[in-house]
Amino acid sequence: MAEFIDLVLLGMLAITALRVIFLKDLFAVVMLFGIYSFLSALIFVNLDAVDVAFTEASVGAGISTVLMLGTLALTGRKEKTSNHPALLPLLVVGVTGAALIYGSLDMPPFGDPNNPAHQHVAPRYIEDSPQEIGLPNMVTSVLASYRAFDTLGETAVVFAAAIGVLSLLGLPKRDRQAIESGLKSHLVLRVVAKLIIPLTILFALYVQFHGDYGPGGGFQAGVIAAAAIILYALVLGLPMATHVVQPALLKTLAALGVLIYAGTGVANFFLGGNFLDYNMLASDPVAGQHIGIILIELGVGITVFAAMLSIFYAFAGQAERTNIQ
Amino acid sequence: MSFIVDYYNYWIVVFLMMAGFYIVISANNLVKKIVGLNIFQTSVFMMYISIGKVSGGSAPIVAEGITTYSNPLPHVLILTAIVVGVATTAVGLALVVRIKRAYGTVEENEFEDKEDLI
Amino acid sequence: MILETLSTLFLVLGAFFSFTGVIGLFKFPDFFTRVHAASVTDSIATILIIFGLILRTDFGLVAVKLLFILIFMLLTSPTASHALAKSARHGGLLTLAETRAPKKEDND
Repeated sequence: MAEFIDLVLLGMLAITALRVIFLKDLFAVVMLFGIYSFLSALIFVNLDAVDVAFTEASVGAGISTVLMLGTLALTGRKEKTSNHPALLPLLVVGVTGAALIYGSLDMPPFGDPNNPAHQHVAPRYIEDSPQEIGLPNMVTSVLASYRAFDTLGETAVVFAAAIGVLSLLGLPKRDRQAIESGLKSHLVLRVVAKLIIPLTILFALYVQFHGDYGPGGGFQAGVIAAAAIILYALVLGLPMATHVVQPALLKTLAALGVLIYAGTGVANFFLGGNFLDYNMLASDPVAGQHIGIILIELGVGITVFAAMLSIFYAFAGQAERTNIQ
Repeated sequence: MSFIVDYYNYWIVVFLMMAGFYIVISANNLVKKIVGLNIFQTSVFMMYISIGKVSGGSAPIVAEGITTYSNPLPHVLILTAIVVGVATTAVGLALVVRIKRAYGTVEENEFEDKEDLI
Repeated sequence: MILETLSTLFLVLGAFFSFTGVIGLFKFPDFFTRVHAASVTDSIATILIIFGLILRTDFGLVAVKLLFILIFMLLTSPTASHALAKSARHGGLLTLAETRAPKKEDND
């Protein structure tokens, strides 16, 4: 049954991708990309990757779509017809695809428990992590403890990407006399948004601190919290949002998150352990692991929140500037 | 028949990857190219998660009465890759915005023969 | 046993309403009627499906979570439909009646 659902969803995914190729209206392309992200999130759930699905739904369908729409507002929504010959790309794609399909025949069969991928380190994660780390969610255990060094790198990449966007576009200045630029006439939207935003932030905190036990964690929580502020900015206008969460604060927060993460690692040095080995943080190794994971997930959450929101501010600030001109 | 059941996931992933690749090399508009790049990227995610699936397994969260779990390692790799993916997409989109400002267009064939205005 | 039958009934009804929503989305002539069809999927189908699912739980934490999802959906989906219709109106889209009788004054 699961295979059947998988096949249907993958088929829908393929149709969406095909449609994207032929559409010239970029607004529709971006909307289809949102649908594509949601469909892939469904497939991830079906393939047991609940944490990944959660991230894809909030990041791929949420933040990506908003950023792409922000870019379209600046660059125009129609693609002009190209005068490139269409044959050469088709040929390249055909040959590459055929080679990849030929290569896929050597892959181990889908879903077989004896596949090499399930033989090496995975059994250890599955069998020992509940005792060693003491958390039911193995994804969090692996993410924040066994492969914490890897995750530190990823967090630094998110931080670096935010710096890249800010150096390209710059943050909007905080406006002292906040201009009323939101959707003033949309009373229903404003009321419902004001109702939902606190709930969303509450949910982000739940995801942040419940990530040890269920799907969730710093990455998802940061994105959800950023989405709440983005909703606020969309409904009440960017000046109001920069009034509530100031751009200067975001710069500090983005750095602070990485600092908390790396600082937790360094603290273990002084307690006599290895870098990012949390066993020394408490008298009991399992409790130490738990403290360490909460700390670094907090760092990840803060950095992702600040990075995503400052990226949004940068794009929205550009759009606002174009409107004024 | 079992041959198809064993491999269709990989084949559709290859199809999606090629669809994304085709958009990247044939599209004229830079925003559309980035959408293509994202489709390509998501197909890679799908590939990893397909590899991590164990038939009859369950999500890797310890629960009573469950003995088979899917492989958590690909999930960890892809979870972080998605967030990093959106961050790098944002850098790409920021570059597009700057290109628009410098050249006045985001169509590839139009700014190819324009002089550098910066 | 009764609960399970009831739950199946709810789920089938929910699926039916989703299906009508999809048919409406394809068959209806203009934007506003289509939004109307799509919002049926959002509201009544969600309520039925989530109630059907709650009847299958053991009325513990999962049921409460589903209830929260239901409340959230009931808050957001109609708002989204409203925002869509309103921004279409704002963008100058006319309803079917107005396009058929173009001489009538637009008093929006």
